[in-house]
Amino acid sequence: MTTLDRTAVPRRGNADRVKKGLVSGKFTALLILLPPALILFSLFVILPLADAVYYSGFSWNGYGAPSDFVGAQNYQRLLDHSVFHTALWNTAKLILVSLLIQMPLALGLALLVYRKTPTNTLFRLVFFLPYILAEVAAGLIWSFVFDGDYGITSSLLHAMGQESVYVLADHQWAFPAIMTVIVWKYFGFHMMIYIAALQGVPKDLVEAAKLEGAKPRQVALFVQIPLIKHAIVVSGFFAIIGSLQIFDIIIPMTNGGPSNSTHTIVTYLYSFGLSRLNIGFGSAAAVVLFVLAIGIAFFYQRTTGKGSKA
Amino acid sequence: MHVSNKYNVPCSRPRHLALVVAAVAALGSVTAAADTTVTVLRIESSSAEKRYYEEVVAAYEAEHPDVNVEFEYLANEAYKTRLPTMLQSSQRPDIYYTWGGEGLRDQVDAGFVRDLSEPMRDGWQDIYPESAVGAFTLDDRVYGAPLYATVVGIWANTALTEQAGVDVDAIKTWEDFENAVVALREEGITPLVVGGQDGWPLHFYWGSLVTRLAGGEGIEAAKNGENGGFEGEPFVRAGEMLQSLVELDPFQPGFMATSYERASGMFGDGEAAFHVMGDWDYLPSKQRSVSGEGVPDDDLLFVPFPEVEGGEGNTQSFGGMNGFAVTRDAPDEAVDFLRFLLNADNQRKAAATGIFVPVAEGSAEALETPYARRVAEILDESEFHQVFLDQALGTSVGATINDISGDLAQGVVTPEEAAARVEEAWQFR
Repeated sequence: MTTLDRTAVPRRGNADRVKKGLVSGKFTALLILLPPALILFSLFVILPLADAVYYSGFSWNGYGAPSDFVGAQNYQRLLDHSVFHTALWNTAKLILVSLLIQMPLALGLALLVYRKTPTNTLFRLVFFLPYILAEVAAGLIWSFVFDGDYGITSSLLHAMGQESVYVLADHQWAFPAIMTVIVWKYFGFHMMIYIAALQGVPKDLVEAAKLEGAKPRQVALFVQIPLIKHAIVVSGFFAIIGSLQIFDIIIPMTNGGPSNSTHTIVTYLYSFGLSRLNIGFGSAAAVVLFVLAIGIAFFYQRTTGKGSKA
Repeated sequence: MHVSNKYNVPCSRPRHLALVVAAVAALGSVTAAADTTVTVLRIESSSAEKRYYEEVVAAYEAEHPDVNVEFEYLANEAYKTRLPTMLQSSQRPDIYYTWGGEGLRDQVDAGFVRDLSEPMRDGWQDIYPESAVGAFTLDDRVYGAPLYATVVGIWANTALTEQAGVDVDAIKTWEDFENAVVALREEGITPLVVGGQDGWPLHFYWGSLVTRLAGGEGIEAAKNGENGGFEGEPFVRAGEMLQSLVELDPFQPGFMATSYERASGMFGDGEAAFHVMGDWDYLPSKQRSVSGEGVPDDDLLFVPFPEVEGGEGNTQSFGGMNGFAVTRDAPDEAVDFLRFLLNADNQRKAAATGIFVPVAEGSAEALETPYARRVAEILDESEFHQVFLDQALGTSVGATINDISGDLAQGVVTPEEAAARVEEAWQFR
C-alpha cells in the first residue's frame, strides 16, 4: 500500500517543498511558533551559560563589571580545594546510592504493589508521599528527627539505654543520614515509573510463564523486569541527574557542615561562590558541574541506547 | 477574551501589546508625580526597632512634607547576597545598612557609595566616638555613619556558677575562665552553650582571642602581610588557646548541630552557665526560653571577654559596628534624613526604648537596663573597637574564619592549618 502511494506521488525538489510549505501555512506556523521557545531557551539557558563561562575567567565579587582577568586560576583553585574533592565524592556517593539502593528498593516495592487493588493503592500513596513534600520541608523535618536532644532517633536510643547521638553534627554519620533521607524522598518517584511500566506488561506473558511453572521470583526476573527495561533506563537517568542537583535537602539539614563535610557540588558552589560573593569562582564550579552533567547524560544515553538496540 | 480569541492569536496580539504599554506608562507616571522618595534598606529587625524607625520617619516627614521615607527589610542572608545586585540595578536603595570593613570597601571601590566626608566633618561626626566613625572610614574618607555598636562578652548564670563555687566577677584572665570551665564540669554543669551550626558564634571565640592577642593594629598589619600575615604568631596562638579550651569539653553535647537561636534559648532555660555572645542576646534569650522569662535578672551577669597574658588588645573590645551608607545617586534629602535619624536626640530615644546600645556620646545615659549600661561602659573604656572579623575582612574571608573556628572547636584541624587557611582566603579574596 505504502509503496503504491510513493510511486503515485511524483518526487519534488526542495523549491517545491518550500512552496508547498508556504501555501499550507506550515512555514508561517514555524515562524510564529518557533521563536518564543527559541528566544526563551537562549535567554534563560544559553546566555547564562555563556555568562558563567565568561565570569569564570575573572576574580570578581559581583560589583561593577568584571575586570580582574585571572585566566584558569579559578579552575586551578577549585581542583586544589579539598572541600571540592569532598563535594565531588559526596555527589558520587549519592549517584551510587540512588542506583544501587534506591532503584532496587523502588523496583521491589513496585513489583509488590503494581496490581490494581484497594490496599495496593493505599500503599502506593504512602510510598509516594515523601516525593510530594517540598524538599526544604523534608530537610527540616528530618533535621528534627535526627536531633540529639528531642529527635526520634535519640528517643529510640534512650529507650535502648544508649547515649544520645548527634547524627548531623557527626563527621562520620552526617552524610549517611542525608543519603537515607534522599533515598526515602525519591524512591516513590522511581516506584511510580516502574508501576506504570509494569501495568503495561502484557498479562498473557506473565500467565504463560506461570503455566510453565515459573515461581513469582522467576516471573519478575525473567519476564517483567526485562520487559520494563526501558523504564529502568529512564529512571536511572533521572536518578543520576537528580543526584547531581541535590541542594535543598542538605541546606536545612546540615548546611554543608560539620566542617564542610556534607557538601555536594551544588551546595559547594552556593556556599563558596554565591554566599561568599566569589562570583568568578562560583561560575567555575558551575561550569564544571555543567560539563559533568552533560558528559554523564551523553555517556549514559549512548551506552544504554546501544544496549536496547542489541 | 483569551479563550474566545484563541484561534485568532495574531490579530489579538497588537491589542495586548498596547494594553501592556499603557499599563507600564501609567505606572511610570504615578511614581514620577510623587515627591522625593528616600528608600532605606535594612536587615530584618525586631518589631520594636521597626516601630522606632516609623516614629523617626513620621517626625521627619512632618518637618519635610515633600519627602517620603520608606523602610524596606530583607532577611540577613538574603540581604548579603542580594545587595550587590540591587546596588547595580535601578532598584538601588538610597540608604542601606552596612557593617563597614572590607564589605563596604568593595562597594566603595565599585563606585556605588556616596562620600560623606564633607557633611560628617561639618559637625555631624562630633557626636560619635572616634572608633565608631573609624569603622566607616576608608583612606581618610568617610562612607557611612554609625547607628549602634555591639560587644561580645560572657553572659553568665550565677545560680549555676555559684553551685560550682565560681565567682564570675573574678574571671579576669583566660586561665580564670578555663578554671571556671573545669570547676563547672566537675559539678556536672554544662559550662558553655554555643550555636556551632551557624559558624559565627564560634568565630566569637577565635575572633575575641585574636583581638586580645594581636589587637586592632596586629590585625591591620596582618592584612598588609606583615609579621607573617594571618599565619603570624597571634593567629596561631588564638587557635591553640581555643583548642586548649575545647580539650576541657566545655560545650553542650552536639554543639555543631545547634543553631544560635537554639543555643540562646538553652542559655535562657538555664542549661549552661555561660554563653559567649553579643550584648544583644539579653531579650532574645529570654524570649526563646521555654518559660519566656529566661534567666532572672538577679542571676544574670554580662562580663567582658577575659584578658590574655601578654596580649596587645587587652584594653580593646570586639563586636559589631552597624551603620548606614548612602548610595552614589541618592538625592541630598537622603543624607539629610540619615543625619536626622542618627542625631543625638533620636539615638537617645533608641536607648530609652532599649532596642540597641546607640553610639552617640551621652545617649547611653538613657539606657534602662544595667546590661546595656555595662556595654556602654565597656565601649567607653575600650581604646579600639575591633569589628567582627567575619565582617571586617569581607564575606569570603569571613566565611573561612567561621569554618576554621568550627573545625578548631571539633579538633579536626591544627591551629597552624587553621591560620594558613585564613591567610589563603585573604590572598584569594
